[in-house]
Amino acid sequence: MTIALDAPRLVQAQPLLTAQNVSKSYGDVQAVRDVSAEVFPGEVLGIVGESGSGKSTFLRMLNLEETPDTGTYTLDLPEVEGNLFELDRFARRMLCAKRIGIVYQNPHLGLLMNHSSSGNVAERLLVAGERRFTELRERASEALQASEFPLERLDAPPIELSGGMQQRVQLAKAIALEPALLLLDEPTTGLDVSVQALVLDTLKRLQQDRNITMVIVSHDLGVIRTLADRVMVMRRGAVVEAGLADQIFQDPQHAYTQQLVHAKL
Amino acid sequence: MSLSSLTKDWEPMSYGFLDASAKREIRRKMLKAVAVPGCQMPYASREVPMARGWGTGGLQVSLTLVNPKTTVKVIDQGADDSVNAASIRRFLARVSGAPTTLDTLEADLIQSRHRIPEEKLRADQVLVLQVPNPEPLRPVQPNMSIARQMHADADYGRMWLQLYEQIVRSGRVMQGASYPSLVNGRHVMTPSPIPRWDVPKLHMAEHLTILSAGREKRLHAVPPFTRVEPLVFDDVPYKVEEHGELICGRSGAKGFFMNEIPQDDGTSTYEISDSDYGVKTIRQAEGAQVHLGETWYKNGELS
Repeated sequence: MTIALDAPRLVQAQPLLTAQNVSKSYGDVQAVRDVSAEVFPGEVLGIVGESGSGKSTFLRMLNLEETPDTGTYTLDLPEVEGNLFELDRFARRMLCAKRIGIVYQNPHLGLLMNHSSSGNVAERLLVAGERRFTELRERASEALQASEFPLERLDAPPIELSGGMQQRVQLAKAIALEPALLLLDEPTTGLDVSVQALVLDTLKRLQQDRNITMVIVSHDLGVIRTLADRVMVMRRGAVVEAGLADQIFQDPQHAYTQQLVHAKL
Repeated sequence: MSLSSLTKDWEPMSYGFLDASAKREIRRKMLKAVAVPGCQMPYASREVPMARGWGTGGLQVSLTLVNPKTTVKVIDQGADDSVNAASIRRFLARVSGAPTTLDTLEADLIQSRHRIPEEKLRADQVLVLQVPNPEPLRPVQPNMSIARQMHADADYGRMWLQLYEQIVRSGRVMQGASYPSLVNGRHVMTPSPIPRWDVPKLHMAEHLTILSAGREKRLHAVPPFTRVEPLVFDDVPYKVEEHGELICGRSGAKGFFMNEIPQDDGTSTYEISDSDYGVKTIRQAEGAQVHLGETWYKNGELS
């Protein structure tokens, strides 16, 4: 199923991300059903849906951690061409290390909890081939500063930090190499409301300052409303509605979306 | 087909303690290891009359290489006279009839735990290093399946991360032994727990080095004239232990790797770690005709 998204201000641009007819099953469970999406440079696509709707699975496929049963995925980048799902493990790793950043819901998935915070960011730079200690330190500090992480805790291991700080370290790690695409999987879940607001402010500012293309997954409509330009609503692995964020929130068409929006409001 | 039809019990089959099929397997794995320098090759690792972790890996390689004309030297932390070294040396001599020596220059086969002799080894000599843990990625990746993928992809970023963390926490690289090193520009290996002092001796060395871990059932090799480069940051140079100015209290030798001997008054004296080189230095000072070979280090500097 292809959703024609109404995005007039971007209509002339070439999409950075194009995923077509992506499906994925785990045994009898079809986690993602025929999902297609396009994300334009500098745009934020929000994916909402209840737990088990397939949004995180779709995001993991965009991060090349999972291979779908069917479908194609392309990024409009000079160094890659063709269906990214067909890349071998090494090429996937290098592409993800250099061009795609991800922030997981669970910091344990994205961070080495007993290494220093700066080391966690430096790891990403090391994978990309940086081998100068001073450069690593400077760039890690810059990325952490951009994520509004207190620099006096530069070398504190994430295990000693609060959830919000851990998410900032993840964010710094994700943006350290100026990724073409930033994927966010429930970045504020589990944080208290005030910390959520701070992390969202940071994300918004980063997106505006650096014009980063983002795909954010959340079951929290407030988060999506704050950040996303366009929204894709998923249910039982399929897209039920997609459109501009304002359209979706003000005039939801699908019954499920109406239910979601009204539940939130 | 039965086991008895596959196995012959005649005498030459068990020369040098190991049976022929065990030796055949280890030879094959050694050839593979030489063909892909620094890459770990799994092998079955037979039982030998010694506890795992006491040099069984090195012993199996030595038993495979030894023949009645091979002159064998065994050292443990540089010393020929430690219990472990003496036991292995006597065992090798008993099961193979091979002559033994304490002199590095006379040896054809040198089995060592945690040191490389100070005198340069020649192309006709083989150094066998005992290795407790052959996997350099283990501290950063406990899952060995993923570690093997990381080797396949040359994904060694986390090795530098380990060094980064040491510098951040301690102001300098704290890796004292088993310093991870890139072999032939491809595989990162652990050079066994030799001190940093000894790692440069492996770089473009004339001799063959086989590193074998009996408990972990893996061996790897550094063939002659192969690049062995310790992992370093471009702006943080590799440093060996600062032993250049230390003087051996017994032999007077200076500029070699020393053992520290704490004294009752809180001070320390030093004794050359390579015991055979120390003995030869003492004998030469006493006027004996002793041939001291060329050393890797001269006045504490790598020559």
